[in-house]
Amino acid sequence: MALGTGVGAAEVPLVTEDTAVPARRVRRLRIPRSPKVLIGLGMLVFFVLLGVIGPLVAPHDPSASLSTTNGTPQPPSAAHWLGTTQIQQDVLSQMLVGGRSTMLVAFMAGLVATALSVIIGVSAGYVSGLADDLLSMLINIGLVLPALPLLIVMTGFLPKDSNPSDLLIGLIIAVTGWAWGARVLRVQTLSLRNRDFVQSARIIGERRWRIIGFEILPGLVPIIASSFLFTVIYGVGTYTALAFLGLINGTHWSWGTILFWAQSQTAAQNGYWWWWVPPGLAVALLGTALALLNFGIDEFINPRLRSAGLSRRQAKKTGLPRRFPLGVTPVARPRDSAFPAAEEPGS
Amino acid sequence: MILLLRRIGFYILAALVAITLDFFIPRLMPGNAVAAALANLRSQFTPATIKALELQYGVGTNQSLWSQYVHYWDKLLHGDMGISTSHYPATVTSVISAGLPWTLGLVGLATVISFMLGTLLGILVAWRRGTALDNLLPVMTFFQAAPYFFLAIVLVTVFSTKLGWFPAINAYDQTLVTPGWNWAYISNVLYHAFLPALTIVLASAAGWIVGMRNVMVTTMDEDYVLVAQAKGLPKRRVISYAARNAILPSVTGFSLAIGFVVSGALLTEIVFSYPGIGYILQQAVLERDYPLLQGVFLIITFAVLTANLIADFAYVLLDPRTRQEG
Amino acid sequence: MTSVHVGTLDQPAAAGRALPGEPLLEVTGLCVDYGLGSDAVHAVLDADLVLHRGEVLGLAGESGSGKSTFAYAVTRLLRAPGVITGGTARFHLGPDRDIDLLGADEAQLRRLRWAHVAVVLQSAMNALNPVLSIGDQLGDVLRAHRPDLDRTGRRERSVQLLDMVGIAADRLRSYPHELSGGMRQRVMIAMALALEPQMVIMDEPTTALDVVTQREILEELAGLRDRLGFAVLFITHDLSLLIEIADSIAIMYGGRIVEQAPAEALFRAPRHPYTLGLLGSFPSLHGPRVRMTGIAGSPPDLRDPPAGCPFHPRCHYVMERCRTELPPLRPVGRAAGPAPRAVACWLQDGSVPAPAELTRPEPGPGHTAGPGSAPAIPATPADTGSTAADSEGGAA
Repeated sequence: MALGTGVGAAEVPLVTEDTAVPARRVRRLRIPRSPKVLIGLGMLVFFVLLGVIGPLVAPHDPSASLSTTNGTPQPPSAAHWLGTTQIQQDVLSQMLVGGRSTMLVAFMAGLVATALSVIIGVSAGYVSGLADDLLSMLINIGLVLPALPLLIVMTGFLPKDSNPSDLLIGLIIAVTGWAWGARVLRVQTLSLRNRDFVQSARIIGERRWRIIGFEILPGLVPIIASSFLFTVIYGVGTYTALAFLGLINGTHWSWGTILFWAQSQTAAQNGYWWWWVPPGLAVALLGTALALLNFGIDEFINPRLRSAGLSRRQAKKTGLPRRFPLGVTPVARPRDSAFPAAEEPGS
Repeated sequence: MILLLRRIGFYILAALVAITLDFFIPRLMPGNAVAAALANLRSQFTPATIKALELQYGVGTNQSLWSQYVHYWDKLLHGDMGISTSHYPATVTSVISAGLPWTLGLVGLATVISFMLGTLLGILVAWRRGTALDNLLPVMTFFQAAPYFFLAIVLVTVFSTKLGWFPAINAYDQTLVTPGWNWAYISNVLYHAFLPALTIVLASAAGWIVGMRNVMVTTMDEDYVLVAQAKGLPKRRVISYAARNAILPSVTGFSLAIGFVVSGALLTEIVFSYPGIGYILQQAVLERDYPLLQGVFLIITFAVLTANLIADFAYVLLDPRTRQEG
Repeated sequence: MTSVHVGTLDQPAAAGRALPGEPLLEVTGLCVDYGLGSDAVHAVLDADLVLHRGEVLGLAGESGSGKSTFAYAVTRLLRAPGVITGGTARFHLGPDRDIDLLGADEAQLRRLRWAHVAVVLQSAMNALNPVLSIGDQLGDVLRAHRPDLDRTGRRERSVQLLDMVGIAADRLRSYPHELSGGMRQRVMIAMALALEPQMVIMDEPTTALDVVTQREILEELAGLRDRLGFAVLFITHDLSLLIEIADSIAIMYGGRIVEQAPAEALFRAPRHPYTLGLLGSFPSLHGPRVRMTGIAGSPPDLRDPPAGCPFHPRCHYVMERCRTELPPLRPVGRAAGPAPRAVACWLQDGSVPAPAELTRPEPGPGHTAGPGSAPAIPATPADTGSTAADSEGGAA
């Protein structure tokens, strides 16, 4: 995906009727113990902490120019762990303060977009007829219109010196990011709606909102969680891109803002690596953490995706190959000793 | 057939929505950015130009919203998207036309290469499941998550600044070659396009690889793949049974992601100062060249819609079930 | 060509047919697990089976009894996480040519597959590749196993195969979704017979079809078998079907084979209480009305099967011994007869007198029974005075 982060292009999750959307009650919440998930979780916790305490521990004001005599960015040193910008601002402080904004916007975008996708997607899946047609049309249009260009136009028309709050930015980004989740939720709701337990609830006469709330939504939880993570990734990437383009006020610190200023001084071509590596890397790692978590959820939804094969220990113990080859069921026992070496089945 | 006609109809509708959005956004956004901008430009442009701009944005006129809308459509259908304020007196259309071929070439080619490469690798990773190739996946995740422009900057730093193997900016070296159908020019263009294209491929291929792998893993569990094995078919044929089916959701995924890939590619252009739409977009943003900004948005949207349509065509070709009448 | 005689419920087709030839597939002590270690599910336990040349052997049981697992494991087509953990499986390809199925490597299996052992799955819609034409899918096998055929040769053969199952040649260009359910199943059968294998495994081939189509397909099948003489391992949960088409039947329960007998003998003179229960579960079209009883309770949890006989929690005739000791599959009845007959039940080992329903006399050759001679479970447990009532109610 783009803006460079998140959604794998072909990752329309294959949630069909057979995959494990838990029928009635959500299965006990088991955090899969795959290393991918744990690493992702650890990284995410780190970033969240960073967002929370970052501005509090920043040694300097990120906008403060600490010396007016030097016009060249300084490499990392004891005084400035991540070096300085060309007007001698401390990059570390910018990273710490910017982290909070980046995380806030991303999570805000994720929350609002997910909420929108649930409302629109589940409704579209549950109702039928004209309402469904219209909602599907809405979702499809939302999907096909490219998000970033639309956002660029929208933010571009804000007054040049305006400085919208993080929450507002998150909201605007969310407006472009709900369509994908809505589509998946619609498909899944449709399939759940036709399941027996929902049909029987309808026949009994349960009220619609109760059916949706208690019968359908619990089954959708893994997908909603996955969709939320995707959207947060999208939010991070989009916010960073918008800031990079200069559409966010230059003193509103976020990782993308740092990249904007770095680019304005062609930091890359000039070799000021400490200016652009930290923010870019941070965005990439945050996205990676979320994507790894998503792997975990994907594997929960679709158990077939779990790492195939045996651990080294198991393989040694049973004498089986680590990887179960396609189409050849492994045999875990000593060869039939009464039997001569297998003969060729000629034709 | 019917399916395709319906899709075309849908895309036309989406285009209409995009155009309408394009019309309303300047008028809906808080603050009065356009009026402020016009106030600045009054002194630099001819009165006629200012008048045209005012009409375009409904500033200081008494026209109703509807008649403004009609006027907007009228101009658009005549191919007139206004005058670019930052490239004055050039029209928006001319500015975009200059950059569009570069973007189509770079982004178009890179995206296609990336998709094919990613899909093939995804099949490979799925085939050799349980081997070391599986460890590739978290690495892919990182590349997927890294912003396009970040990767671009990394590549520039490593391959251009440090190693000097490839040029860092522009589409070709004006001092060395002149445009035309000569090998010197073409090779120079390819040389300059290499790093940007590589960025796009690296950033987007990861997505296709992971996606295709996931689809393949699920598909390989299907009964017909089991039958293919039971038939004693050679391994390659068995995989193709699965792949021919797995490609379908992959193409769908491609359609969904085109918008994102294009966006990322545009950002890449900026880092490389590649004279395509992305670069023009950045200029428009920095200068707050509103007519150009809107024009670029429309062109990008139309390009994405067209790409989607092409992907739909491909899907119909690949899946015989869609050709069923009725 | 012998006339097609499928038979009816009361007149098994096996009556009067000579028993088939030497063994084709011999399985002893097969054990198959899903997964490894303590979490493993024991899907098949110690299964012995012999399939003879040209024989139709029915493998019957409830869902989860292990019948499909057995068949797929033997051909090494079982999907992950299935693992074979014990036993042997020998395929007698020809005189002095035996294949150790469990020891064969991928290349050997590939050569063996389809040319000698073919598979027909339950749902032809899922078993046929949706994006390839029928002609392509038929041609695939020919290309892989018959390099001597060129394109025209392959096409001719494909047309021949379709003709054999009554499908027009122009369907070669059709896609699976353009055919009806019955046609698809026929295509699957034609495909299975493309290389004239010695053995065809059919996994519930007619379950997904309506009864009329079912009938047609079975008749088709019987005709083809008469012509080509292949053996069939017919897996199904529908015992009534097997009575019509099978030469012999093996009943599986809880991953074990609990009874194996020639079809008619099984039908007329079952020896295992489970078989008795199954037979009592479907009505006869003729004869007096009998009270239907199902088999109370549910199949065992294969991760933690009960001690002793797997069927004991649901058995009408359960004894103390059944709860602790596992009955082995032992030959019983006419040991001198041409067909093997075996049961895994403590009632049949001679130590206790078995109930009348389970000791009916074996049908003689050519014996055709009158209507209503199928035995039934006694209407109430009180009739036999067994202690089954308690265990029955609790086994839910």
